[in-house]
Amino acid sequence: MIWVNAVIQGLLLGGLYAIFACGLSLMFGVMRLVNLAHGDMGVLAAYFSIILIEHLGGNPLWTFAAVIPVAALVGYFLQRLLFDRALDGGELSPLLVTFGLSIIIENLLQQTFGANDQSLNIGALSYQSWKVTTDVYVGRLNVIIFVIAVIVIIGLQLFLSKTRTGLALRATADNRRAASLSGINPKRTRSIATAIALATVAIGGLFLAMRTSFAPTSGSSDLLFAFEAVIIGGLGSLWGTLIGGFALGVAQTIGSQINPADGILIGDLVFLAVLAFRPQGLLSLRSVIAR
Amino acid sequence: MTLLQLEGVTGYYGHLQALQELNLSVNRGEILAVLGANGAGKSTLLSLISGELHPREGRVFYQDKDITQLAPHLRVREGIALVPEGRHLFGTLSVEDNLRSGASTRRRGTWSLDAVYELFPFVAARRKHRAAVLSGGEQQAVAIGRALMSNPSLLLLDEVSLGLAPVIIRDLYAALGRITAEGTTLLVVEQNITEALSVANYAICLLEGRVVLEGKPESLSQREISQAYFGHDLGPSSKAAS
Ligand SMILES: Nc1ncnc2c1ncn2[C@@H]1O[C@H](COP(=O)(O)OP(=O)(O)OP(=O)(O)O)[C@@H](O)[C@H]1O
Ligand SMILES: [Mg+2]
Repeated sequence: MIWVNAVIQGLLLGGLYAIFACGLSLMFGVMRLVNLAHGDMGVLAAYFSIILIEHLGGNPLWTFAAVIPVAALVGYFLQRLLFDRALDGGELSPLLVTFGLSIIIENLLQQTFGANDQSLNIGALSYQSWKVTTDVYVGRLNVIIFVIAVIVIIGLQLFLSKTRTGLALRATADNRRAASLSGINPKRTRSIATAIALATVAIGGLFLAMRTSFAPTSGSSDLLFAFEAVIIGGLGSLWGTLIGGFALGVAQTIGSQINPADGILIGDLVFLAVLAFRPQGLLSLRSVIAR
Repeated sequence: MTLLQLEGVTGYYGHLQALQELNLSVNRGEILAVLGANGAGKSTLLSLISGELHPREGRVFYQDKDITQLAPHLRVREGIALVPEGRHLFGTLSVEDNLRSGASTRRRGTWSLDAVYELFPFVAARRKHRAAVLSGGEQQAVAIGRALMSNPSLLLLDEVSLGLAPVIIRDLYAALGRITAEGTTLLVVEQNITEALSVANYAICLLEGRVVLEGKPESLSQREISQAYFGHDLGPSSKAAS
């Protein structure tokens, strides 16, 4: 039963990783940009929520309504003002620019909030749980996070496959040159991708901050988990990212079950095993962003 | 009436000059053939018109507006569509999605999914397939259909016949006739001289980045053309020099 429990808890955790990772996957798909500041942006969103609560009070849950649109707007302009220029500068510039951005965000957060751990206090929800069987309990918050993560990823997939803008994103991911020759505005497409990426990583950042404590430098390990989820699932595929998140989450909880200190290590090993034996990822028979 | 006009346009890739100062005007409703061997500068000329390459000198006018600095996607909105060499389909997208992405600009006109399927019935049969699994001829038809979905006034075609069987080439060229009947002006880049000249009202021949021969197809002799094509005199039966 402890193993069943570990798998269930792992799946719940995996949903969170997936929502953290889907924006990374989307941006890479659309513009071949690996955003090394992705994790930090999630953490930034969590601090933004803390500021809002400090000044306006209430349960942090309401701050989603403010943080998500702001994150999307920031993403849109970040793309226009910074990433677009970096992309024009060759292969290396986007990496350097996003790496620099990561350092800037972490240091600014240290300066402003200090290095201490923080968390978003959502009251009773953080410890209430539902009983599944006599020895399996699931945290309500974890279930909520899981459900929302799955809804967000399905919604994103529907957006990509059913809307005109989604079609433009898929076309751009497939062939940039042909996309602009088809009348698709590449700048607009990239900005929308980054807006979505920041909105989703903000959701992930807030949930993560409600689940555990965080600090200015948490972004780096969050980024690592997001990377692992993306690679395990298969680059550029949203369903893959979801599956990758689940796989990583389950590996970590099973690892912790074996030895509490080894959870993250086992996750890393699964990631390395996928890289070694199935580098295209679990789900990349065809790019799912494309259908 | 002039639809497109190039004035003293040059094309460079870094230091390499691929196109010498070129003047060209294309009239509305006309079919212009651009001929030339490998590396003559044909695709470069199309890139200058589609906006993927900006000329170092000279200016490009379209419908009497200076579009020299306009980005490619904005030119599509103005009615200039390119079917690129090598087709460049969205391989992971379905045929129908490929066609629908051609309609991103929402320009109005006679072309729609149904009209394209009617023009190329064999494409309609493959609408749900991924574009990557289609045959060369089918892919070329989808590429033309995708460009048509933007309802272009000026359609640029780069080596439509490349690597295709003669039967298929004939079908595609037959379709071009129906496209011009809708009032679209065509600029056809070809190495397949016979096909291109059979549809064109006017032809220019490029050699090493400059126009070395031009005129109405019926006024050009086989001998003149092969001379212009290869840069030296060859019998009409001689094959590619490249
Ligand atoms: N992107 C590029 N970068 C550098 N040089 C290029 C590029 N594209 C074309 N060239 C060079 O410019 C010249 C003209 O090329 P272009 O593609 O216009 O010829 P073309 O007439 O279309 O030939 P083909 O029939 O082989 O398509 C050639 O010498 C080619 O090597
Ligand atoms: Mg060419």
